[in-house]
Amino acid sequence: MKAIDRKLVRDLAQMKAQAVTIALVIACGVAALVAALATYHSLRRSQEAFYVESHFADVFASIKRAPLALAPRIEAIAGLAAVELRVVHDVTLDVPGAAAPPVGRMISLPDRGLPLLNRLHLRAGRWPEDGRDEEVIVSEGFAMGHGLVPGDTLRALVNGRYQPLTVVGIALSPEYVFAIRGGEPLPDDRQFGILWVPRAGLAAAYDMTGAFNDLVAALAPGASEGAVIAALDTLLTPYGSLGAYGRAEQMSHRFIEDEIRQQGVMAQTMPPVFLLVAAFLLNVVLARIVAAQREQIAALKSLGYDNRTVALHFLKFVLAIATLGLVVGLALGAWLGALMTGNYVNFFRLPAMHFVLPPSVPLVAALVTLVAAGGAAIASVRSVVRLAPAEAMRPPAPRTFRRTFLERAGPLARIGTRARFVIRNLAGRPLRALVTIVGIALALPVTILGLFWVDALDHMIDVQFNAVERGDATIAFAEGVDAGVVHEIARLPGVRLAEGYRAVPVRLSAGHRDYRTAIVGLDRQGTLRRLFDDRLRQVAIPAEGLVLTDRLAERLGVRPGDAISVAVLEGDRPVREVVLAATVAEMIGLNAYMDVHALHRLMHEGDVVTAVAVAVDPAMADALYVRLKTFPRVATVAVKAAALDSFRRTTMSFVLVFTGILTAFAVVIAIGVVYNNARIALAERAWELASLRVLGFTRGEVAGMLFAELAIELALALPLGLWLGHEFVAWLVEISATELFSIPPVIAPRSYAIAALIVVAAAMASAWIVRRRIDRLDLVGVLKTRE
Amino acid sequence: MVVVARGLAKTYRMGEVEVRALAGVDLEIREGEFIVLLGPSGSGKSTLLNILGGLDTPTSGTALWRDHDLATAGEAELTRYRREHVGFVFQFYNLIPSLTVRENVALVTEIAPSPMRPEEALDLVGLTPRLDHFPAQLSGGEQQRVAIARAIAKRPDVLLCDEPTGALDYATGKVVLDVIARINRELGTTAVVITHNAAIAGMADRVLRLADGRIAGVDVNAHRLTAAEIAW
Repeated sequence: MKAIDRKLVRDLAQMKAQAVTIALVIACGVAALVAALATYHSLRRSQEAFYVESHFADVFASIKRAPLALAPRIEAIAGLAAVELRVVHDVTLDVPGAAAPPVGRMISLPDRGLPLLNRLHLRAGRWPEDGRDEEVIVSEGFAMGHGLVPGDTLRALVNGRYQPLTVVGIALSPEYVFAIRGGEPLPDDRQFGILWVPRAGLAAAYDMTGAFNDLVAALAPGASEGAVIAALDTLLTPYGSLGAYGRAEQMSHRFIEDEIRQQGVMAQTMPPVFLLVAAFLLNVVLARIVAAQREQIAALKSLGYDNRTVALHFLKFVLAIATLGLVVGLALGAWLGALMTGNYVNFFRLPAMHFVLPPSVPLVAALVTLVAAGGAAIASVRSVVRLAPAEAMRPPAPRTFRRTFLERAGPLARIGTRARFVIRNLAGRPLRALVTIVGIALALPVTILGLFWVDALDHMIDVQFNAVERGDATIAFAEGVDAGVVHEIARLPGVRLAEGYRAVPVRLSAGHRDYRTAIVGLDRQGTLRRLFDDRLRQVAIPAEGLVLTDRLAERLGVRPGDAISVAVLEGDRPVREVVLAATVAEMIGLNAYMDVHALHRLMHEGDVVTAVAVAVDPAMADALYVRLKTFPRVATVAVKAAALDSFRRTTMSFVLVFTGILTAFAVVIAIGVVYNNARIALAERAWELASLRVLGFTRGEVAGMLFAELAIELALALPLGLWLGHEFVAWLVEISATELFSIPPVIAPRSYAIAALIVVAAAMASAWIVRRRIDRLDLVGVLKTRE
Repeated sequence: MVVVARGLAKTYRMGEVEVRALAGVDLEIREGEFIVLLGPSGSGKSTLLNILGGLDTPTSGTALWRDHDLATAGEAELTRYRREHVGFVFQFYNLIPSLTVRENVALVTEIAPSPMRPEEALDLVGLTPRLDHFPAQLSGGEQQRVAIARAIAKRPDVLLCDEPTGALDYATGKVVLDVIARINRELGTTAVVITHNAAIAGMADRVLRLADGRIAGVDVNAHRLTAAEIAW
């Protein structure tokens, strides 16, 4: 090793604590980048692998009832490679041990052979045997939620009668990787399960023998999805099709896509924060080293080392730290990526989570790190080059101080000398102080981003389930029933209040944009389902006209007063123009509402409801749900408490991991910034502070003078950081909003407080470490040297 | 007696080498005395001064300041000793660059039990016109006079000066020595001055010659010279 490189190694060893804290900040940035990209690629790979393995369909359609005889005409559609005609029906289940009745989606298996599309990945057990109508395969999430294993039995309410079923297999399906029921705000593995059953029995039970009500199709390579959908609609509309749609609108697929996209957003937003802080720290530390080594630089140059070699020497110093950070970050990122990917196992039911880290990821991380580190070194390296040997041999010109404006005029005119010392040092290097303040402040958005998810989810749950949906359960009917059922249900013991809704499947269009959803007709006097604007003020349902959630209005490009074409997808399938009367803010889903009577008029129908929301006496809830299970024509009973409970259980553990990671990252930033600044401040002031110690100032007093500066910087950084946190969250929420969810940028005061406390604690820990160095200041040595 | 030292020894470990800075020094300093410690580099004079000033502790021996043993005192006690009883003047002044002349003195008067006003101390060293200047705006001699004002403002029992003229030119050095002598005479402050400049010895009541960590000789001046009377 060359002597000059040996110097590099010794210099690094001399300041290993600083080098390590900076490397850790870099490592966090690299880890965030690598983890997010690894998760992105892993989810993508796992999803694609399953889609390919299982022949996931490209086009989907629900029909009221169409004859199987239509099959040849469907198969003849150009661009259609394969088609599966199925019977699908939602039923209420009776699972031992489940208080609230779960909803089961029964999907028919072909009479002969296995499904061509959306093939099941059998996890346990076997396929139902021919002719055994009671044998079912259950989706894995639901089986796990209820501890079901092959051999267990459960009952399904089919046409008002309980039909016993035997679980023979547990399986995964590409259609239900994320098992959420259309219209439900949250996924719930305990309350929603998929049951694959032999076709014959299911068809017989629902008058579907020789018919189908659900279609999945695969496109031929290069085929136009739009053309196939149009052809399918032409063919199936007479049979009550709700309109075929592509993968992009398939619920499970959409959720996964949103999540994958989210990881992409994380990869772009988080790492720059860390690399910015790291670059700043490298910049400050290197500037300090160059200042402290002025004479050494001069000596090297006068010995004949050229500018390039000396400049490279200091650049290597930065690169060494950056490389350490990069290596640690890559390892940490791979580990976190695996952890986060593994965390999705509870969310996305895939046969295997393939953890992949494409070689491009470390390369991108290395490039980004080296650019940041190199950028940080430019100013210092340039000053090294500019320094003439003779100039460097002389001590640097003394810094000039002046009395600050505040001291001359303001309330600080009468402060003590020690306070002046602190203020002048701060004011003497305003840029350094500013950068330190910003550096510390940047730790806060990172912490807040971690903590905010809990607040946002709490807020969403609170708004959705305490303000918007105030009923305890929703009873849905297989089809529209006379509104008299509302009174029947209201009279059941345990029901405090019952309100009927009418949901009509529609396709809304304005100009060239359209969207499939359902218009929910609400009673204007109702209280169990309310609408709110974005500031949580209740919005009254107008007597006429449509109310859309603001994201749906945005998607359709309409404003209140604009006309929207409503194509009803059931009954006589009328198409009508309706004026958008108002928009409301809802965080989940893209929904449409109308006054129920206006909706009846639109449909030219009488008083019909499709669902009843009930407020329930908690003491009698269990008995009521048992009673409702057998209520005539009831398809499903969705119980809010059960859904919420399950949501919290799965989501919170997920969010806590994320919060933990980000909090640890924030601590690293805070320590990195505070520790390095304190060390540099100490190095710069060692002479002054030791002089003060000689004059009779105690260790505590001297430390106080040094840390007062940090305390002021911290005090200024906190509000700035909290504000940045708020802005960062708002921005992140905006760029990561999906059609299905908009996360509210809600941050609880508690989260601000925790974030501030974490940063203060990290700062105090750093100060404590530096304090021990103040105690060891060399009092004798300082008297023998000029500053 | 202000200070009584017996058998003071100090050994430093410099890496793997042991350096014997003091090898048994006996010493008595009377109240109001002007003492000059004379000796070449490495003779142990700074180590002695540092121990007397509570900046360092001896390896063995006792150093009594009135009835306190500085040799066994703890860190906190030594800090209080320096704060309340000792005034230091150093070769490089050790002023705080971010504080003005007045503030540098106030720094000490704010923590001392019965100080004079900073303006008073600065008047004694003739710096009244420079009260609001920063150190960087002063000459070396002026800076050293600020250091002296800072040292005496607390009304110390003993003024310890380590090469006070070491960084100054001839004329300025004489001005500073004159100030130290005047403080000793007018305020009765015991003064101990380290120097390797033999000419300064003439200003002292007693001159202690140090060599190899021992007191090699003591000269008593019957007649003290003024700063104006000495030359080098």
